Formats: sequence, structure tokens, C-alpha cells
Amino acid sequence: MLKIEGLTASVDGKAILKGIDLVVPDGEVHAIMGPNGSGKSTLSYVLAGRDGYEVTGGSAAFDGADLLAMEPEARAAAGLFLAFQYPVELPGVNNANFLRTALNAQRRARGEAELDAVQFLKLSRAEAKRLSMPDDMLKRNVNVGFSGGEKKRNEVLQMAILRPKLAILDETDSGLDIDALKIVADGVNALRGPATSALVITHYQRLLDYIVPDRVHVLAGGRIIRSGGPELALELEASGYASVVAEAA
Amino acid sequence: MTALPRPRALQPAWSQDAAAAFVARYEGLRGRLPGDAAAREAGAAAFAARGLPGVRDEAWHFTSLRALAETRFAEPLTPVADCAAMLARLPQTDAPRLVFVDGRFRDDLSVVPQSVSVRVGGPAYATLANPDREAMVALNTMLAGDGAAIDVAAGVDGGTLLLVSLGTGTADRPVAFHPRHSVHLADGASLTLLDVVMGEGAYWHNAVLELAIGEGATLVHLRLQDESHAAFHVSTVYADVAARGTYDSFALTLGGKWARMEVHASLSGPKAVAHLNAAQLLGGSQHADFTTVITHAAPHCASRQTVKNVLTGRSRGVFQGKIEVARDAQKTDGYQMNQALLLSPDAEIDSKPELEIFADDVKCSHGATVGELDGEQLFYLRSRGVPQAEARSMLVRAFLAEALDPIAHDAGRAMLEAAVSAWWERQAP
Repeated sequence: MLKIEGLTASVDGKAILKGIDLVVPDGEVHAIMGPNGSGKSTLSYVLAGRDGYEVTGGSAAFDGADLLAMEPEARAAAGLFLAFQYPVELPGVNNANFLRTALNAQRRARGEAELDAVQFLKLSRAEAKRLSMPDDMLKRNVNVGFSGGEKKRNEVLQMAILRPKLAILDETDSGLDIDALKIVADGVNALRGPATSALVITHYQRLLDYIVPDRVHVLAGGRIIRSGGPELALELEASGYASVVAEAA
Repeated sequence: MTALPRPRALQPAWSQDAAAAFVARYEGLRGRLPGDAAAREAGAAAFAARGLPGVRDEAWHFTSLRALAETRFAEPLTPVADCAAMLARLPQTDAPRLVFVDGRFRDDLSVVPQSVSVRVGGPAYATLANPDREAMVALNTMLAGDGAAIDVAAGVDGGTLLLVSLGTGTADRPVAFHPRHSVHLADGASLTLLDVVMGEGAYWHNAVLELAIGEGATLVHLRLQDESHAAFHVSTVYADVAARGTYDSFALTLGGKWARMEVHASLSGPKAVAHLNAAQLLGGSQHADFTTVITHAAPHCASRQTVKNVLTGRSRGVFQGKIEVARDAQKTDGYQMNQALLLSPDAEIDSKPELEIFADDVKCSHGATVGELDGEQLFYLRSRGVPQAEARSMLVRAFLAEALDPIAHDAGRAMLEAAVSAWWERQAP
């Protein structure tokens, strides 16, 4: 699904990623954990193609294609989805219209038929219901006036409707209470399957109680310093990042 | 007949020459023009004394008349464009319509309304215009050849009426026309006026509209300025709103190479309301100026203004918004917001809000913002699969939504939204 080799990247001339190697096979969920400032969000932005994040070396292949050569919209159409740590407000853009435009743009790019208004309404209402979101969230402007939890749930709703092959969740658990956390986790778990994968970026182990990863990687100082099974998350929770970072140094 | 005074010598030669040419045209036509000769003569005297506005006129500080003054305009003869093709671009509605071509009423293209009284065949001079203060209005008063006097009787709902101006001219023979319209809503009457101006080729459209809105009456005035890209457009609107009356207007400017809309709205009876909303969408080297003066002359009146500018290329937008609150106009509620979205580094906006408040118990606020498209918002949309051009289009529409969405008249809003879409498609690289 995703194969990253020797990836280095800088922001404003400052090296943040210093050689990432990571393989996420089809159907697996991998967690990336690490202290603040370790490069977790930078990795997610580089993979999604945000301006200002300059790739200085290495490669990232998505289903064999050169991910880093693609425009952000082409990455999305190819099946990559980034759930933002800080979802962006779009005043004047209706949430349902936004979702339908995005879904149809992706379908168009893939040569699939677009959904008409009725088909889309049915789909979006069903997904919103499954995520315990009130219907009126679809009618409001994108993320405008949403609480922190509502914004995160709206990210998961987008993911549910867009059905990506690879979902990257950038600290989607931050600021969520336990009920919202479960809803988010259910949304991710519902997508799991032999042909879909996820990269769950988190600071805390808590989310991984609900989204059990196949592999856990520790990112520190722009490098993956340790990888292991789900038990690694528990170890980090018990002993903190400092000991793992010290051990690797 | 007395000779008219020469234009004042303060203006530069190009301005004086242009003014003299207009005065000479009037002297040639004098006595053969229709309508109230005394009103016309007073306008001519005012124009001859003042000439064209200059940059020293504060109201014209940001908008130079030089290109207009250096164009020699002829009298309209036979229309030189396909009027039927232009009319096909009008919104599909059953509403009656009054069509003027090069400033002349065209019976053959019009559908006269039932519930509204209309008189055409000469300028519809009313009592609200101020030719002594506004030079373009003086010029219009001097040379106006035709116009519609629209009357809605007390308590009558006049429905929807289209007022259409088509301009036609050629580069080697640009024409000028000065239509003069009036609308009178008696007490409790209502009307939605869809005011569309468009055209082909080179011309100058210099219109004056006087709008008298009676007690408890409501005029919805939805304006689309979609003049030819080679046209000059000047329109001056005077609206007087009596007690509990409403003037609810939205003006969309996207046409013309050089345009100025000026609106003087007076809230003259208690609890009168005025909405002077607008959007200017400009590209290339277009220049457009939206200048408004709202006078709160009575207590408990409210005025609202949201003016949006979307500027690309080397275009320049101007907004001047003045709110005057008279000493007696206590409990005035005034709000004004001007926002500009600059889509190119060479576009420019000049914004001048002005508050003049003589009452002590008022609520007046104003604000202005200038910005580019938000990079984070663009990336968010693209990360969801929306291509860059479509993402930009969505954000521009979102910017305009605050001004367009509140328009309650469905056909009117649809007309304006379609014009916005067409404009955006023309901007696409």
C-alpha cells in the first residue's frame, strides 16, 4: 500500500524528517507515536502534499505510484485521505455540497460515474447516522461553529463517504472525550478490510485501545527509532518516550 | 434663450473640451428634446457651470474620467447589435419587461405590466435628483431622451418588473445615452425591480434613477451591471424611503471597462430601512467604483451594507461608503462592511468608509478587509480531491455567499448567480 524509503523533508529550510523508512502493507493499521516536535504532523502533510513542506530526499510509493510527484487532489483520487489535526473552517461552503463536490471530483478522476443529489443524500445521511451525527451537521458550513469533537467527527464522516484506501489520522484523538473517541474509532474500524490501510498518528496510547494496530512505530527527531507490535504502545504509556529515545540514542 | 456659461477653468483641458462638446450637443438639440423643459434647462445650467467631475472633487478622488472625457461620443442612431440575441441572455421569467436600446424605449421588445403604471417617451424627471451637486446627473438631466416613469398605487403588490438597458456602439462610433427613470411606490405598495444593463461594443450609458418609496412600501432592487467590455457605465440612484418603508438593493458589477455606481439613499421617515449590498467582480484592466451615501434623517432607521470585491488581473475596485446621521436621527442602526479578495498581485482596491454622526444615541459600525484566497482552505479542499481551479471557484463563491444568499427573490438570485458563474468561467486560464 505505502512504501516510504529514506524520506527527508524540511520546512522553512529546517530539516524535520531525517530519513523515514516505513512500509504499510495492504489491510494493516500502523500507529506512529512520538513526542511533540518529532515530525509526526510533518510526515502526514508531506504525504498529503501540502505546500511549504519540501521533500529533500527519498521516496514514497502509493500502490507502486510515485506519491510525491502527484498533486494533492490526485493523491486523494488515488485513495489517500488525511484527517487533519486542526480541521479547516470553510465559511460559505455547505458541508453536504463540499462532500458531494469532493466525492464526485474523485469519482470523475477515477473515471467513475458521479452521484446525483438523491444518491448522495442517501449515502451521506446513512453515514452521518452511523457516526451518531445530527443531520443538520450536513447543512451547516464546513466546520464553522463546530466544537472540537464535532470537527473531528466531521473528518471521520468525510473519510466514511470518500472511502479511502489509505487513511492517515493526524492526532484525531486530541481533544476528544471518551464517547467521541469511540465514535471516531468505530469509523476507522468500519473501514478496515483486506484492501484498506491506516496510519494512525497519536501522542497517546488511549486511541489504540479502540483501534488496535498491527504495528507501532516510534518517531523521534525525524526518524523512526523503534518499531514493534501493539505491546510497544503499552510500554510507551508505562515508561514514557524519554526512556525509548534514550535507549535508541 | 440665454447663452450657457462656459465650464469653469479649473479643470484640465481634456475635461473642459469634453464638457464643451456635451454642451454644444445640447445647444444643437435645444428645444427639440421631450419632457419638462425647465428641469432640463436647470440641469444644463448646472452642467455648464460645473463641467465634468475632476479628481479634485472628493467624490471622484479614486476614479478618473480621463478615458471617458477623451472619447468623443455620437448620438445613437440605429442599434448596431443583435438585440434579440442579447435579450435571450435575460433570466427566463414571466415577468413583464421594459426594454431600452441605446437609451430609447423599444415597444417591440417590451412586455408592458398590468398591475403597474408605466409612462415612457421622455425623461422621467422626479424631485429627488440633485444636478447641482452631481455633475453626471446634471449631464443626464441636460441630455436625457427617454425613460420609464413607473408607478405602483397604494397597497398594490406590483410583482416583478424587468428594466433592461441594451447598449450598442462600435469602436469607431461610440454612442452616449442618458436614460432617466423614476419609480414611485405609494404607501404600502411593493415591487421587485430586476434592473439589467448589458450591451455590445463601445458606448457610454449614463443613467439616473429616482426611487420614491412611500410609507410601509417595499422596493426590492436587484441590479446586474453586465455592460460590454468596451463600455463606460455611470448610474446614479436616488432613493427616498418614507416611514416603515424598505429599500432592499443588491448591485452586481461585472461589466464595462470603466464603471461607477453611485447611490444616495435617504431614510426620511421613522423606522425606514435600506440595504445597499453589492459585489464587484473585476478582471483585466477594469475599473469599477461603488459609491454610496446613506442619510439617516429620521429616528429608528436601519441601514445595512455588505460590499464584496473579487479582483483579478490588473483591475481596480473602489468603494466609498458614507453614512450621515442627522441630529434628530436617534436610535439609528447602521452597519457597513467592505471586503476585497485580491486574486492577483496587480489588482487594487480603494476603500473609504465615512461616518458623519450628529445624533448621540446611535449604533453605527463599519469595517473593511482585504485578503487573498486562504492557502489552508485551498489545501483542505484539494486534499479531499477537489482540483485546484474548482477549489478556487468554491472559495470565491463562498466569499460572495454572504452577500448573495440573503436575496430572497428566487429568479433574481438565480440571475445574479448565473452571472457570477459566467464571469468566473471567463476568468479561467
